[in-house]
Amino acid sequence: MLTKRIIPCLDIKDGRTVKGTNFVALRDAGDPVELAATYAEAGADELVFLDISATHEGRTTLIDLVKKVGAVINIPFSVGGGINSKEIVYDILQSGADKVSVNSSAIARPALIEEISTAFGVQCVIVAIDAKCVDGQWMVHTHGGRKNVGLDLFEWAQQAESRGAGEILFTSMDHDGTKDGYALEALQKLNDLVNIPVIASGGAGKKEDFLDVLHGNIAQAALAASVFHYQEIKIPELKRYLADNGISIRI
Amino acid sequence: MIAIIDYNAGNTRSVINALQRLGANPILTADPKVILSADKVILPGVGHAATAMEALHERNLVDTIKAVKVPFLGVCLGMQIMLEFSEEGDVACLGLVPGTVTKFKSETEKIPHMGWNTVIPTDDALMKDIDDHAYFYFVHSYYVPKDQYTIAETSYILPFCAAMRKDHYWGVQFHPEKSASVGEKLLQNFLNI
Repeated sequence: MLTKRIIPCLDIKDGRTVKGTNFVALRDAGDPVELAATYAEAGADELVFLDISATHEGRTTLIDLVKKVGAVINIPFSVGGGINSKEIVYDILQSGADKVSVNSSAIARPALIEEISTAFGVQCVIVAIDAKCVDGQWMVHTHGGRKNVGLDLFEWAQQAESRGAGEILFTSMDHDGTKDGYALEALQKLNDLVNIPVIASGGAGKKEDFLDVLHGNIAQAALAASVFHYQEIKIPELKRYLADNGISIRI
Repeated sequence: MIAIIDYNAGNTRSVINALQRLGANPILTADPKVILSADKVILPGVGHAATAMEALHERNLVDTIKAVKVPFLGVCLGMQIMLEFSEEGDVACLGLVPGTVTKFKSETEKIPHMGWNTVIPTDDALMKDIDDHAYFYFVHSYYVPKDQYTIAETSYILPFCAAMRKDHYWGVQFHPEKSASVGEKLLQNFLNI
């Protein structure tokens, strides 16, 4: 039986993880390769790297990082952040990543999704969408939630699917950082509308939040960052808890 | 020497990385002489069947692949194009193994089939010491129907072929290079054949 996926997210700047961690086992909490290996060993089903480097030098470092991660990690991983051409995607995939995620570049130029999926297959294209509820309507935002781009979440997700997205990664800006649970209603609606897998993001604070979002047909995967980085939730315990509560999960 | 066929397949680096972690020294090559002198040959692949076949034809690799006499392993799309025909682009494939690659159809289930799923192995050297219901990582929208060449099956929408064997040709639908330690065990089994 196909299992639901648990996905830690690592924010990367200039080749280092940005958000701190309190993994006592790590020699260097900022080393993304070491952190990724720790997660893979702990039973993470997949990893997401989000590069927030703004500079050209940071980008070059990213490719080196992908190569290092690929040499060590034996589970799938995606790389996102500033990807705006299929040439960059080629470099990232050739360096050992399995997927890329596109966000604001695809909003600026939706044909980017088709260009990537035609060249490398739909399986490697995650369209990441940040949205928040404005006057009762889920609106797509960029710039860390500061800019409302005037697109409806559900319409954009459907357009992304029709253009060749293989997965949707939906982050609720209203829930992100609250540790009060995922945006269940919006996720349910989104998952019913699209025929590709949906990754839920934003709001994970406790094990029950993962259970709420992974039971039934709300999302195929749950992403989280800080609860894993700070070891508030340990992946082996989380997966055991989910399995004990009837979720199909890889132990 | 293990030859990995170089035809711009997307997951080549991952397959090389996994084999290197096992201590093997794979060579990425499109040279027929190198491929035909290898002890083992791996055909990786992600993406589109018609595009992959076009890439093999462009590099004049189809006859080379058909001439391989040593253990041969196709991975994911690399397995699918070992069959006679694929519905993905309606393209004639390598014909190493009989059968047609078919598109998943479902009103209720997500396509692509993406993530970790359980595999039920049979008694074959490639599946040695792989547990019943071991988890492997899959990502695909087309599948190989179960038949007499199936050596492992998985269920998603319907039971389908997760691994196959005909003579010295093996194929796996999942990605052993991305399937954690159990995937490494399977690759080690292939190296041991």
